Amino acid sequence: MIDPVLASRLQFALTTIVHIIFPVMSMGLAPFLVYFTWKDIRTGEAIYEQLRRFWTKIFAVSFVVGTVTGIVLEFEFGTNFAAFSTTAGELFGGPLALEGMMAFMLEATFLGVFVFGRERVGDALYMVSAVAVGLGTWLSAVWILIANSWMQTPRGYELVTENDQVIVTLVDPIAAYANPRFPWMFVHMQNAAVESVALFMAGLGAYFVFRHHVWDYPVENVDFWETTLKFGLIALIVTAPLQVIHGDLYARHVFETQPQKFAAMEAVWETDTYVPEYLVAFPTSLTDLLDPRAKNVFGIGIPGGASWLASGGDPQATIQGLEEFEGPQPPVAIVFWAFRIMVALGFWFILLAVWGGYRWWRGELLEDDLLHKALMLSAPLGIVAVELGWIVTEVGRQPWVIQDVMRTSDGVSPGLTGAEATLTLAGFAVVYLGLLTLYAYVVARIVRAGPPDVDGSAARDASETPASEVSVDD
Amino acid sequence: MTDVDALAAEPLFGLPLADLWFGLLFFILGTFLFLDGFDFGAGALFATREDAEEREQLLAAIGPFWDGNEVWLVVFGGAMFAAFPSVYANLFSRHYLLMFAILGALIVRGLSPEMYEQRHDETWQTWWGRAFVVGSLTAPFFLGMFTANWLLGATTIVTLPGIIVGLALVALTVVDGAAFLRLKTRGDLRDDLRTDGYRALGAYLVLVVATIGSVYVAAPDLRPGLFSAPVVALVVVTLALAGVYALATREDRYYLAFVAAAGLVFALVGIVAGLMYPAIDRAGGLTVESAIVSTLPLNLMSIGAAILLPLIFVYFVVLYSTFSGPIEAGESY
Repeated sequence: MIDPVLASRLQFALTTIVHIIFPVMSMGLAPFLVYFTWKDIRTGEAIYEQLRRFWTKIFAVSFVVGTVTGIVLEFEFGTNFAAFSTTAGELFGGPLALEGMMAFMLEATFLGVFVFGRERVGDALYMVSAVAVGLGTWLSAVWILIANSWMQTPRGYELVTENDQVIVTLVDPIAAYANPRFPWMFVHMQNAAVESVALFMAGLGAYFVFRHHVWDYPVENVDFWETTLKFGLIALIVTAPLQVIHGDLYARHVFETQPQKFAAMEAVWETDTYVPEYLVAFPTSLTDLLDPRAKNVFGIGIPGGASWLASGGDPQATIQGLEEFEGPQPPVAIVFWAFRIMVALGFWFILLAVWGGYRWWRGELLEDDLLHKALMLSAPLGIVAVELGWIVTEVGRQPWVIQDVMRTSDGVSPGLTGAEATLTLAGFAVVYLGLLTLYAYVVARIVRAGPPDVDGSAARDASETPASEVSVDD
Repeated sequence: MTDVDALAAEPLFGLPLADLWFGLLFFILGTFLFLDGFDFGAGALFATREDAEEREQLLAAIGPFWDGNEVWLVVFGGAMFAAFPSVYANLFSRHYLLMFAILGALIVRGLSPEMYEQRHDETWQTWWGRAFVVGSLTAPFFLGMFTANWLLGATTIVTLPGIIVGLALVALTVVDGAAFLRLKTRGDLRDDLRTDGYRALGAYLVLVVATIGSVYVAAPDLRPGLFSAPVVALVVVTLALAGVYALATREDRYYLAFVAAAGLVFALVGIVAGLMYPAIDRAGGLTVESAIVSTLPLNLMSIGAAILLPLIFVYFVVLYSTFSGPIEAGESY
């Protein structure tokens, strides 16, 4: 039996890591769907109807899997982290309730109209439903990130004793909810979602363009895939540089507000000035490899680089080392590597954007087979970068569930047994692996089936297009 | 005083907000059980149809709605977390494995209609059809067990009233589902659903009697509550609504039957809430007054709910009026 604390942490990690994929797909697709719907209604061109209907299918599947995995997360706070829920419920429950009422309701009800209602509602209401679905997905992120950012940089609360329990009580809602961390998280997350979908679109488009133009396999709807590639590339050119610039500023904010997390990101053990930025770092012995506290690392670094980044330009700046913080440390190796790989991916995406943009400008977008291969391989990497970013955020703040207020190990349900926690952890490992496989399989089928055949404005003429052809399963 | 100080001082307009949130919580639970109840019922009735086209019709009937319906469960969890965090924590951690059974059932139920439509070969549809039926039966059964255990303050998962209430809820979702599907279908299917509705209603009434009996035996301290005016009134209302449902179904007054089915769900939830009050978590020793959050967050949540719940009502009116009436030939999930 695994200890209930460890099992609960692993279970929450597993369920979150799997769940986040689907909201990223919905949030990232939302602006595309609003745009495609608008163009479809305004121009009546077949390509926009194809884009709208094809990507709506992917959205609908992502939404379903996101819903069933998201409900689990909400209830896990009560089942596995009851002590945290009792302590922080006054502050933390409100945003979750508002997420349900304000965001999820909007998204879920109008999704019914958006997916099933093209034949039944007029253009105006159809457009409203597209915007409402998109707005709902983004508002969900607002409330979830308000709750999460409060755990990272808690403000606006007092600790009081109630029925022999110390609980967090809300005293200043503006300070608590308009939290200093929130804007950083929100911009970084939403841009990451759009960037991830942009990479997915570009990679998917590149695959069919490659088959058609490089391998000379006949590909149906080649115009559709070329357009998909171009839309993905445009969005990548916009989002990739923003993500890295913003990420750098965000890291500086973390340095100021969560020095322990920053030290873990840079694996700084002793407080020092002129701290190098390690590009790679290895423990010098095998024992240290297995010990996340390994201090003796061999690394290749830029002298003063970390100090320079943290302070925004001063290579002499002091960085607090992990040894200054009492109690357990975050697992440094995980945070250090997750951060490094995420940043490397961020630069790789900029390179892809520049490369693709240049080829397009030269009129060679469809011929550069190396670019196509790079885009294909990079299709899932946006999501990988998002996962790594969340690992830095969540693992990096350990041992705290609420920074400097409550330890994660103190937040676990007191009555939970190791047997119960291990049983559900094992269950989730099986079920979520199955869910991922199923999702990948269904998306692959939708892709293989390709976009629906349409002839321009026919979608609005019910006599020519049977209703069945506009449902999700056509 | 600043605005925040005023909001922290006393409940808005001097309202009994703790009691109102207790009521609201059960209203949200009832709305979930009514709305997602007919989705569960459609899933159970799916098992009675062999014809592929009829099965498609049942799926198409709930297709645009179920996402929105299920969100009421998320809102229920969120509202409980926001207003009664200690109840949220105690109740869900105490019913640990039962909660995960509910979640597992909801995962299977949520996925299966979407998956069913992804491929149109027999093996695939047979298995996802079965998953849909199993998820639709087990979700209300476990939810009923959970509700009964919550009411009784039970600390074990399996209790006799829990099993009876679980079965009662399954029967009630079939009553609900039959009424909804009669609005959405035509012809033979619609006629067959009349019989299904009658049978489920009969089973439900028997199970309600069994529920009252089992609560009487298992929880001596709830006996006085069983004979209190509100609970007796709701039992009478249940019988009256059952009569309305049966008559309306016989005379093909579809909307009236559907409204009666909704009333039956809310009456059941009302009985549970009436028996429980003023406690909200008996096993945890928590009452509505002791478990409510402090005034400031309570006032903020109340303002939020007062603005958002009417808006949500508008969304549902838009959704249900867009897809009103029997499904048309060719419409599918």
